[in-house]
Amino acid sequence: MSSVAQKKGFGATLWDWMTTVDHKKIGILYLAGGGFFFVLGGIEAMIIRLQLLRPNSDIVSAGLFNEIITMHGTTMIFLAAMPILFGFMNAIMPLQIGARDVAFPFINSLGFWMFFFGGLFLNISWLVGQIPDAGWTSYASLSLVSEGHGIDFYAIGLQIAGGGTLMAGINFLVTIINMRAPGMTYMRMPLFTWTTFVASAMILFAFPPLTVGLFLLTFDRMFGGNFFDHTMGGNTIIWEHIFWIFGHPEVYILILPAFGIFSEIFPIFSRKRLFGYPAMVFATVLIGFLGFMVWAHHMFTVGLGPTANAIFAVATMAIAVPTGVKIFDWLLTIWGGSIKVTTPMLYALGFIPSFVMGGVTGVMQGAAPLDYQLHDSYFIVAHFHYVIVGGVVLGILAATHLWWPKMFGTMLSETLGKVTFWFFFIGFHMTFLIQHWLGFWGMPRRVWTYMDGQGWNTANFISSIGALLMAIGVIVLVINIIITTVKNVRVGNDPWGDGRTLEWAISSPPVHYNFAQTPLVRGLDTYWIEKSEGNESGITPAEPIQDIHMPNGSIIPFFMTLGMFIAGFGAMYRVETSWGLSALIFGLVLTFVSMAVRSLQDDLGYYVKKDEILRDLKRKGGRK
Amino acid sequence: MMKGLKKWRLFSLLAALTVFLAGCGQEELSTLLPAGQVGQDQFNLLMLSSAIMLLVIIVVVTIYVVALVRFRRSKVGEDHVPEQVEGSHTLELVWTIVPILLILLLAVPTVYYTYKLGDVTAMGAVDEDGNAENLVVDVTAKLFWWEFEYPELGIVTAQELVVPMDEKVYFNLIAADIKHSFWIPAVGGKIDTNVENVNKFYLVFEKDSKKLKDGVFYGKCAELCGPSHALMDFKVKTMPRAEFDAWAKAMQATGEPSTDVATVSQGEEVFQQSCIGCHATSAVGESGAVGPNLASFGDRNRVAGFMDHTEKDLKDWIKDPQKYKPSNQMPEFGSKLSEDELDALTEYLMGLSVEK
Repeated sequence: MSSVAQKKGFGATLWDWMTTVDHKKIGILYLAGGGFFFVLGGIEAMIIRLQLLRPNSDIVSAGLFNEIITMHGTTMIFLAAMPILFGFMNAIMPLQIGARDVAFPFINSLGFWMFFFGGLFLNISWLVGQIPDAGWTSYASLSLVSEGHGIDFYAIGLQIAGGGTLMAGINFLVTIINMRAPGMTYMRMPLFTWTTFVASAMILFAFPPLTVGLFLLTFDRMFGGNFFDHTMGGNTIIWEHIFWIFGHPEVYILILPAFGIFSEIFPIFSRKRLFGYPAMVFATVLIGFLGFMVWAHHMFTVGLGPTANAIFAVATMAIAVPTGVKIFDWLLTIWGGSIKVTTPMLYALGFIPSFVMGGVTGVMQGAAPLDYQLHDSYFIVAHFHYVIVGGVVLGILAATHLWWPKMFGTMLSETLGKVTFWFFFIGFHMTFLIQHWLGFWGMPRRVWTYMDGQGWNTANFISSIGALLMAIGVIVLVINIIITTVKNVRVGNDPWGDGRTLEWAISSPPVHYNFAQTPLVRGLDTYWIEKSEGNESGITPAEPIQDIHMPNGSIIPFFMTLGMFIAGFGAMYRVETSWGLSALIFGLVLTFVSMAVRSLQDDLGYYVKKDEILRDLKRKGGRK
Repeated sequence: MMKGLKKWRLFSLLAALTVFLAGCGQEELSTLLPAGQVGQDQFNLLMLSSAIMLLVIIVVVTIYVVALVRFRRSKVGEDHVPEQVEGSHTLELVWTIVPILLILLLAVPTVYYTYKLGDVTAMGAVDEDGNAENLVVDVTAKLFWWEFEYPELGIVTAQELVVPMDEKVYFNLIAADIKHSFWIPAVGGKIDTNVENVNKFYLVFEKDSKKLKDGVFYGKCAELCGPSHALMDFKVKTMPRAEFDAWAKAMQATGEPSTDVATVSQGEEVFQQSCIGCHATSAVGESGAVGPNLASFGDRNRVAGFMDHTEKDLKDWIKDPQKYKPSNQMPEFGSKLSEDELDALTEYLMGLSVEK
């Protein structure tokens, strides 16, 4: 594919990416989009730590600080962590189950563009100068009185991006249920596919509450809906419930795929089958269920009463059990194996102590009366960064190194990768470990500055220096990516040498139809089984070489989303500007016309001819 | 000899304690140095959960380190293919049941303390004469300050909570505008002040605040409430019951109007003209004022909850409140009052005292 792309002009290449419905390309788009927002959120984080470096600092003003923390949280969760994980799910999951694409390639593309335009919408608030400032949780009493259009940017931007997420989740679910290769039973699916499956199911149930909540918030702000205005009979606590009914599953939606990534890495670099695979699957599903039962532990101090607090406290602690099962299964996977410390493995090994640390502080906060002290203090800031950075971000960085060759056909530098790891890892612990104590010492979270003489100066200083180390780590990673891309040294099917799952049996990057012949799956770790039986091609085909049906690309998803994007601005400015209402109407018309075109036009896709497949096979010339 | 040994023991104990306490933060606002029963209960839970969690961490780290040392490829050989172990039912059972037991160990005291700390049934209790048995304070959180009303005593104060020691003090809490959260870290955990309903809880104050660095405990707002969330501090004075009664009496006396018109100072005049619309100098009354009650301003530890309690800071504050506490509700007086008037006003405010 890449040799074809190089011959195209810039315009043609751009058109290719804008219209693509290929899951591998959409994966790369997600990765690029998420990576961009990750850097943006990182810069915001650096400004936060710079402001808190010293007491009584006024590098940023009080109002601006609240805007930065709001955008940092929202960007990192919705626009960085989730899309990057979606990138890997898109690029890898269909390969792992032996599929040629996801179930709904068109919707896949639509999901990406909705995420991207939603994120863009949210961040255009910086250019307009009216920025969301009520925290990523946007609690109702504060978000209702927030002046300007900041909160509207938040509500509408997340509405668009959230719609994309919901579509992606449904798409992955249907893909995994329907498109597994022959023999790929549920209990033979790689763990990354399993965690994608459970996370997608969680998206299916967790995102509708967010959608509803955001609509209510939008109605309150735009039309005087009074859902959350207590002076008009509304109730702000309802927002908190709605938000956390979405928000708590959301953190599992983030961490489960990261668990999946590590569950791939440990077996590969220990050359050993995942220990207790059925227990791992069961634990994943159980975490998925329990994730919906514990939202009120974010609300222990709201005053729900001792009975509610006690029930949610015990339910929260229960999650520690399946999570513990996973930790011990990983430990037993490397136990007795042959451990090779490559960059992905380094991240996986760094993940275990970091995540255990974040997990145990979670249990501590589950103890409701203790949480009265820890809640909304710097302890909670330390805790959720330990699980999200120590779990999700380490997972993302590990996956970047692990699957880079599969996605791009080149290998990231191992040396630079390890440099990144050590800077990031040491910086991470330096930043966040000390913050547990800041919480104990009485420092509330989301404070723009702090007075001298409260014993917090040194700890904050250390924390800020740690953040700088993390930033250096990320910069080295960017340099690594640039160098690798420029050098462009191509690699074979299984560059790590010990790949176990199907994605390692095909070329790097795979041809656009993935598998010349759909593989027959004969057990867990399909590729490992074929290799150990001496099968040179790595795959036992389940079908003869024949024409392959593939979907056509389409620009419609782009225009559908562009319509929503324009309508979003129109809705926001419909009263105070002359163009607002027309923009709203134009945007909606664009979206609905695009939908109509899609519905009325028969697009039956095309066939990759048998000759072309044979030609490709000959050119690649088998493994490596 | 024995006496000397005992002294030496005590000394070394104190020395060790000092080192330990260095990691405990400052007495006036650290959760690790609890100054009352509620904070102590929560601290006990912290110690118990930390101990259990430390046990978990030690087990995990031990297995992890041993595996990492023993099973490196450099040790087991480049071509070694390990046995593909599927799993172990026994082990899975072990690391399911043991954590469940550990969780139960933590869950039982958690549930116990949840009910214990949530118990406010004694709040409205009255003795035989119909007098309330317990002190109740109504807390109202406002953009960015705190109002404290003592309904039984008929007095109101702001920014500085004054409470008697060694008894349960009950609180009714609500927010007047935006959601805030009421937190005195050294004394006990926080509770939110919601906009639509009154929350109730209790705290016990067992340490005299006079022994602290500033003579006060620090209180914080723990819920993001706008630009000056970080500056929404309050202070807490604790004192023996007798002293508290004397304080309450003095506060009640601030309601008596000044008898001699001639003694009205220039500062008071300025206050009458510019400030009285929002601020009261009499502590008698109910909550619901636009600005903080200033009846005991001269006794307070801070200006506006967080600035040093000096005449200079007070003047700076009055001149331009927005500069120091962005988005607060007080208008600026820098352009309205002359330096002379400011001097007089400052002197007057600093003289508003019930303790001196």
